Amino acid sequence: MGMATALKQTPLFEVYGKFGAKVIDFGGWALPVQFSSILDEHEAVRTKAGLFDVSHMGEVLVVGKDAERYINYLCTNDVTKLVINQAQYTAMCYPDGGTVDDLLVYKLDNEKYLLVINAANIEKDFEWMQQHAKGEMALQNISNEVAQIAIQGPNAEGVLQKLTETDLSKIGSFRFVQHVNLDGITDVLVSRTGYTGEDGFELYLSASQAEALWVKLLEVGNDDGLKPCGLGARDTLRLEARLALYGQELLPDISPLEAGIGFAVKTNKVNDFIGKYALLAQKEAGLKRKLVGIEVTGRGIPRHGYKVVSEDGEAIGVVTSGTQSPSLKKSIGLALIAAEHTEVGTPLKVEIRNKLIEAVVVKTPFYKKG
Amino acid sequence: MTKATATLLYSKEHEWVLQLDGNRVRVGISDFAQKQLGDIVFVETPELDDEVTANESMGTIESVKAVSDLYSPVSGTVVLVNEELGDAPETINEHPYEAGWLVEVEMSNPDELESLLNEEAYQAYINEGEE
Repeated sequence: MGMATALKQTPLFEVYGKFGAKVIDFGGWALPVQFSSILDEHEAVRTKAGLFDVSHMGEVLVVGKDAERYINYLCTNDVTKLVINQAQYTAMCYPDGGTVDDLLVYKLDNEKYLLVINAANIEKDFEWMQQHAKGEMALQNISNEVAQIAIQGPNAEGVLQKLTETDLSKIGSFRFVQHVNLDGITDVLVSRTGYTGEDGFELYLSASQAEALWVKLLEVGNDDGLKPCGLGARDTLRLEARLALYGQELLPDISPLEAGIGFAVKTNKVNDFIGKYALLAQKEAGLKRKLVGIEVTGRGIPRHGYKVVSEDGEAIGVVTSGTQSPSLKKSIGLALIAAEHTEVGTPLKVEIRNKLIEAVVVKTPFYKKG
Repeated sequence: MTKATATLLYSKEHEWVLQLDGNRVRVGISDFAQKQLGDIVFVETPELDDEVTANESMGTIESVKAVSDLYSPVSGTVVLVNEELGDAPETINEHPYEAGWLVEVEMSNPDELESLLNEEAYQAYINEGEE
């Protein structure tokens, strides 16, 4: 594959081939879209466990006396609520309320935080962060030195526990443990977070140890049905769980409120933050458009960018993501549409190859574990 | 080369053609194509009596990830449609040359078959693309 040389690679690129990966260009990165089959991998995560290389994600350290104050100004959620070893989902906004990125903030220590950002946004985000740096704090882009491996699914804890003395059952949701030893692989940050709608962990470690951990996990997880999974399954899993994807649900002209992640926007927090006034104004005026779940009841699959029209044929918005749901065996999607059409049960139409296909607004998440 | 595929002709768009009686042919997509697509979850074939034209779109095939056009390898009239695929598009992944066939076409211009590739030429064509 000639293309791979021009694309960025994660520290795990070399092992993809051994596991049968089909590698594609994903926003400038050579990443596995699948190993065996998207449907099999999706099923493995829902019923057993799946292993994902997500090392393309970016990591930025914020260190210093003013780190907390800085992050609270930069991000929409309230970082002061975090205790050490707790993570928080949040967003960075432009002054007009549009979204710079969505991210996770890890509180490593009182004056030390790790921000995990989207791969396609690393440069843009880091520049944005630097522009707003203030007070006694330093920013460090450690994206290239850090690998991230996600192990997700009901068997994830059991598999991971085989490699460590650290009692993983004690790690709550959005909590993490630092400096874990995973069978000789040292200094791993083990976080109970994920992007699949299943229980599981995200593991941050030095890039040089990524391959060893990947191979080891697949070895000890084999009996528990652990499978290597690609970005294809990651996308269907996150969509069923209604987790937003930057570039689709979130964009510079879509606010986190419109995208339905208002739970990560704390307009009432004490400190000022970038985008606060625009977001407050959106809240007060009422949202003009909202992200909803749709199910296509006619024949067809909604895809990113397809038009959505009302029963009366009026253009009301677009599909941001869509797929044939492997878990539900239904054609589902997320659509950003005019607020007056967003009530559950509202009939709509999606334009699929010049035909208007019947759809309906449904409750999300489409899939809930257990 | 398996027995099942030895007599097939192929288009560069990865459709196969099996000659039946007279000017009638059966059309499907190749094993290479189904593998490239991955899990197929939706197929829209032309309908009965539709006219199709060689090298033009005659429908759509969707995997979990992607939407692709189906190109007709010949021109003619659709005389039979594989209705089973509506509820079981994965049949194309499982049996691309047998139960996963798409349509049967009564050709209007059988000479078009001459521009298709035989198994050997098709394999060479695929290998070329992989390099």
